[in-house]
Amino acid sequence: MRIRTERDSCIASGACVLEAPQVFDQDEDGVVVLLAESPAPEVAESARNAMMACPAAVITIDEDA
Amino acid sequence: MADPRHILVVGGSAAGLSTAEALRRFGFDGALTVLEAEAGGPYDRPPLSKQVLDGSWAPERAALFPADRLARIGLRHLTGVRAVSLDRRRRVVGTDVAGDIGYDELVIATGVAPRRLPGDRLPGVHVLRTMADALRLREDLLRGGRLLVVGAGFVGLEVAASARRLGVPVTVVDPDPRPLAGRLGPAVAGRLLRLHAEHGVQLRPGAGVRRITSSAGRADGLDLGDGTHLAGSAVLVAVGCRPMVDWLAGSGLDVTDGVRCDARCQAAPGVWAVGDVARWHHDGFGRPMRIEHRQHATEQAQAVARNILGAGVAFTPTPYFWTDHFDVRVQVAGFVPAGATLRPVEGNIADGRFVALAEHGGRVAGVVAWNSAKAFTAHRRLVPAFAAASAPSRPGYGDEERT
Ligand SMILES: Cc1cc2nc3c(=O)[nH]c(=O)nc-3n(C[C@H](O)[C@H](O)[C@H](O)COP(=O)(O)OP(=O)(O)OC[C@H]3O[C@@H](n4cnc5c(N)ncnc54)[C@H](O)[C@@H]3O)c2cc1C
Ligand code: SF4
Repeated sequence: MRIRTERDSCIASGACVLEAPQVFDQDEDGVVVLLAESPAPEVAESARNAMMACPAAVITIDEDA
Repeated sequence: MADPRHILVVGGSAAGLSTAEALRRFGFDGALTVLEAEAGGPYDRPPLSKQVLDGSWAPERAALFPADRLARIGLRHLTGVRAVSLDRRRRVVGTDVAGDIGYDELVIATGVAPRRLPGDRLPGVHVLRTMADALRLREDLLRGGRLLVVGAGFVGLEVAASARRLGVPVTVVDPDPRPLAGRLGPAVAGRLLRLHAEHGVQLRPGAGVRRITSSAGRADGLDLGDGTHLAGSAVLVAVGCRPMVDWLAGSGLDVTDGVRCDARCQAAPGVWAVGDVARWHHDGFGRPMRIEHRQHATEQAQAVARNILGAGVAFTPTPYFWTDHFDVRVQVAGFVPAGATLRPVEGNIADGRFVALAEHGGRVAGVVAWNSAKAFTAHRRLVPAFAAASAPSRPGYGDEERT
């Protein structure tokens, strides 16, 4: 799994952090910070939840990478 | 139904496409069709009043999903096709150009459309819901002249801010003497209106519109209830929205102010609703609600997808929205009723950034943040789910109803 974030589109909702705190954080302005580009298997599911929860389609997951 | 073969989603925007994606994610491998009235690729609406209108984004950047993510869902995506009828007995949706389409499970995700004012179908008068609306409004703003905004809700004020960014003079009128007080609380609403005034927006709270005036077939101003006339070269009507349920007339569903659903977002056997159009029973608040916020569309989509696949869980979200004005982002989770007491937990209401808890009836009803997105996330967890007994039954991004 490889995660990408389109930070310019982030509206700083924090939804990803609530879903997957091990994978995502926010900078001081609230913009998403990717903590783990290829997260550990045990948090992969939470990363998928974050992708689906994001209200601005900022997060993309490439499952095959 | 335990094992549907064909799921049909009507409405291919945030709520509809998120439902489709979630269905696949939760294991549905049958046929999946999404019907969307607009031709062209799906786009997101929040940027329309912000980056698309002020020109900081090209329209393509407002795409709802990256193309590869959309392609991976694996769906029959019928765009430019409008649902016109529903026959629940036969489980068939009639369309304008694609004939009848049968289904095992139907998801209604047709959203809302702007309310109109009498006599507002005139060149120079705008509403804002679609990309085409945004580009038309932008074109008019770039021609210069004053913009008159009817309705000081979130959409109306975001447009006012974008217009100021373009150097366009703006007047906003609203019959409510205290616009947004019921959504942000009087203190934060007042602060937001002052921000607009500081940026040159002329505000006329408490002023109702009697009619839109015109000359040579084009809107040229507003007659207000108090007898004043405002001159302008474009008018935006931003007075809230109504659910897109016309096509469900005769279906036997209750479509009074949205598609009435139970706590699991089901309207009838084999029929579900999601997003702005859905009025479902929120078990936490103990009554029906309809929410017009972007995050809500995504969250309810997950719940509907799970329930179609048999989870049978009540959907009890704590609503969340954001809104952007000039260099300020306001975020709210839960509710900030007009009578709430604001207790700052970071900064102060008068500061450049703050987070405050809204306390109402001895409980935390919501949290509101002003340019403090990171701190907001931390405090958001403090809002107990559905804490606000005083929650409005129709919190929406554009539901500030005016006439
Ligand atoms: C200008 C603007 C700015 C906004 N900004 C924010 C914001 O900053 N923060 C926030 O939280 N929310 C915001 N919102 C609200 C947010 O965009 C909505 O909550 C969200 O779009 C709801 O998604 P939906 O899929 O339920 O409905 P919609 O986005 O309305 O999608 C419904 C879809 O159904 C299609 N459709 C309708 N009828 C038919 C039919 N008969 N047959 C086939 N297809 C049909 C429509 O073409 C449409 O594509 C904003 C909305 C607007 C308009
Ligand atoms: S969920 Fe999306 S919009 Fe919200 S902070 Fe995370 S990346 Fe940004």
